[in-house]
Amino acid sequence: MFDGFSAELLARFQFAFTVSFHIIFPAFSIGLASYLAVLNALWLKTGNETYKVLFEYWKKIFAVAFAMGVVSGIVMSYQFGTNWSVFSDLAGPVIGPLMAYEVLSAFFLEAGFLGIMLFGRERVGPGLHMLATAVVAFGTLLSATWILSVNSWMHTPAGFSINEVGQFVPEDWWAIVFNPSFPYRLVHMVLAAYLTTALVVGAVGALHLLRDRYDMASRKMFSMAMWMLIVTTPLQIVAGDFHGINTLEHQPAKIMAMEGHYKSYEDGAPLYLFGIPNAEEKRLDYAVAIPKLGSFILKHDFNAPMPGLDTIPDDEEPPVAIVFFSFRIMVGLGFAMLGLAGWALVQRLRGRIYEATWLHRAAVVMGPTGFIAVLAGWVTTEVGRQPYTVYGLMRTSDSLSPIEAPAVAASLTAFIIVYFFVFGAGTYYLLRMMYKPVKEISKKAFRDEGPIRTSGITPIAQRLPRDEETA
Amino acid sequence: MFGFELSFIWAGIIAFAVLTYVVLDGFDLGIGLLFPLTDDEEERSVMMNSVSPVWDGNETWLVLGGGGLFAVFPLAYAIVMPALYMPIILMLLALVFRGVAFEYRWRTERWKPLWDMAFFGGSLTAAMCQGIALGALVQGIEIEGRAYAGGWWDWLTPFSVLCGVAVTIGYAMLGATWLNMKLEGRIQRHMHSLAWPFAIGTVICMGAVSIWTPFLDSVYFSRWFSWPQAAWSAVVPVLLAGAVAGLFFGLRKKQEVRPFLCAQALFVLGFIGIGISFYPMMVPPSLSIVDAAAPDESLRFALVGTVVLVPMILIYTAYAYWVFRGKVDPAEGYH
Ligand code: HDD
Ligand code: HEM
Ligand code: HEM
Repeated sequence: MFDGFSAELLARFQFAFTVSFHIIFPAFSIGLASYLAVLNALWLKTGNETYKVLFEYWKKIFAVAFAMGVVSGIVMSYQFGTNWSVFSDLAGPVIGPLMAYEVLSAFFLEAGFLGIMLFGRERVGPGLHMLATAVVAFGTLLSATWILSVNSWMHTPAGFSINEVGQFVPEDWWAIVFNPSFPYRLVHMVLAAYLTTALVVGAVGALHLLRDRYDMASRKMFSMAMWMLIVTTPLQIVAGDFHGINTLEHQPAKIMAMEGHYKSYEDGAPLYLFGIPNAEEKRLDYAVAIPKLGSFILKHDFNAPMPGLDTIPDDEEPPVAIVFFSFRIMVGLGFAMLGLAGWALVQRLRGRIYEATWLHRAAVVMGPTGFIAVLAGWVTTEVGRQPYTVYGLMRTSDSLSPIEAPAVAASLTAFIIVYFFVFGAGTYYLLRMMYKPVKEISKKAFRDEGPIRTSGITPIAQRLPRDEETA
Repeated sequence: MFGFELSFIWAGIIAFAVLTYVVLDGFDLGIGLLFPLTDDEEERSVMMNSVSPVWDGNETWLVLGGGGLFAVFPLAYAIVMPALYMPIILMLLALVFRGVAFEYRWRTERWKPLWDMAFFGGSLTAAMCQGIALGALVQGIEIEGRAYAGGWWDWLTPFSVLCGVAVTIGYAMLGATWLNMKLEGRIQRHMHSLAWPFAIGTVICMGAVSIWTPFLDSVYFSRWFSWPQAAWSAVVPVLLAGAVAGLFFGLRKKQEVRPFLCAQALFVLGFIGIGISFYPMMVPPSLSIVDAAAPDESLRFALVGTVVLVPMILIYTAYAYWVFRGKVDPAEGYH
């Protein structure tokens, strides 16, 4: 299937493929875990049954998404060794301990308390149950924190020296964990997860409002999601701007690719709204630009000079076209989300938020855009740092395992088939659950739905232990 | 000097994580292996329910084994993963099927048999691959400089396949003895009857592997057959004999807890036996624990958190098991 490709290209494609699948689930479950904690807290505080019903509705969806996140994540933790063993050997002393901390402090925490959160309400009482729910939400945030620290270190390495065999040796853990791009990436990613979830919840709420605009649960979730959007979208755009300015400082070549700046500008670089990067001629075809705005956004000065890719040696340039387009997809979707949030705010102020059917239709359409923006953002980040894995220090081509192309090709084929089948089926189940009205779920009292399994406490009643049983 | 000790402490911790994984996930995979031996949907549901509260936590130890190796023995990780490329990737794919089956199985009527097969197939492939990986490691990995130097099929030998079969049958034994403990009535009797052949099979396979291993490498041989080391090593087979006796005795007497614990003891002792052969190597025949270790600074940083967090993890894991103590009652399931 992949004859003629080098092992390196195949390994890159395999990594990109598996991690792209993985990120979809955490992006959703980080946000959903927090949403569930909020729903549960509101229920305990107000006693309003609607919150509890919503909690039960979303928790089933959460369990399926979480299971998919777990299995795709386990694959990731071994991919470093199978495909990037030289990288693992040399960078392992720095990033390995961070990933070990992720497992110890976050994954075990999530796995340990998930069960109580999903089924333990009756078993442990509302107080402990609330605690478990909060702990799971905290665990997902913690795992994002560690892994983003790892990833950010690869973009902006700090706090290390290099020993005689070429390994990165940690010198200052504080500087390693809080490397220059980490705070920006963490804020931007967590906001992205919340946005993604808000869009999905909003879409599901809107879908059910379109069928029955008087349903309390649908109203509640739509309203909550729209509040979330109006708060997080502007924050995300501001955070993205800061992120970009930080990247300009540490990885200027990436920004040049994102902006399509093939050539340098002495007095003020334009902002290209659109164009088609032409790698051969090193220019942007069919460009649509606003003069000087690029310099203003990145340097807050219309006339600031901006060096372009002509100042970068050819073998240190990232592929421009991918980065250029994926960045525009992300930003475009960001503004579309802002538009949706603003529209919802206007309708709310007019008192028509539950009647505005066009708004509801738009919210349904926007439902999946969070995932697309997250993927586009990561493609920008990761492709933009090429040709390096550890920026400026270690090239991707030097990171590869001594593994033969047919082996990588065979495993890549297997991953593609299995992932599309397994996660395709999972996505279908998720959509089917979301399609079901909340009412129906609460009416059926979850009887024929089947229990939720992910590390969950099974609702099967258990008899009291007998004396000789210690297990 | 200090660095020397640190790497040995870490070798112990990694060994502990892998052993915990085997102890906790072994019976878990074993349940999947037993799935096709019953075609009663009800029975399968109860079997799966007996582990669904804990499977994710169990599998996290595998992540710790891999992640821990990456953190503190990056060179070993970098050599072993490419050497075992195929079995590792196959195992990961198998775990994908197995893991999602826990959820998907309950989300569909029409495709339930498919996800049951996925649960079985995933468990079988994962167990085989783990055993094969172990066997390939024991038979030794070819290294040049700081990298794996063999081909991508080197792992496949009669010995590694025997190890795969041994681990698979062993996991099935763990699964059957676990279910014998957690279930009651007709299905318990069924599991009890299945425990017998798997226990016998495990003992035979373990014997075969143990006899073969010393002949793979002269170092292994001297550990087991040359005086005075052999006197110490001999403790392991003696204890093993005790565990085997306990296992069969327990099964005969229809006891519930003892067969499970003795079955686990077989695995623990087998693991210790491998440790005796390996020491002080990380990846036989040429990469030692000291050489594979990350710089001291990494070992120290990771150790601080580990000594605090691992006991905490063990406590809340024990709590989860305690919450689910006792028999699983099929009659009160709500599906
Ligand atoms: C819902 C998701 C989402 C949305 C709406 C946006 N982003 Fe984003 N963006 C991400 C999700 C994301 C991400 C997935 O979280 C990335 C990938 C890696 C990272 O650090 O964050 C990212 C990366 C990323 C980068 C690359 C950072 C680097 O160099 O590594 C920049 C410059 C921006 N973003 C800027 C923006 C701007 C100006 C936006 C304005 C609309 C924006 N993002 C919207
Ligand atoms: C989860 C969201 C992520 C996505 C969608 C993503 C996407 C990608 C893509 C598209 C590539 C291929 C780049 C290219 O070959 O041009 C890549 C490569 C890579 N990424 Fe990421 N990435 C993500 C997170 C991470 C994280 C958290 C890490 C590290 C902890 C990481 C480490 C790597 C490595 C090692 C490579 C392979 C070497 C390379 O091609 O640069 N990625 N990723
Ligand atoms: C290449 C990098 C990555 C690796 C090696 C990795 C590894 C893993 C592993 C092993 C799991 C399963 C944990 C378990 O057994 O419970 C997992 C789940 C998870 N990962 Fe990743 N991961 C990566 C990227 C990311 C990124 C970029 C994020 C978020 C920003 C993330 C957030 C999570 C979360 C929140 C979970 C919990 C499961 C879920 O929410 O679906 N991971 N990851």
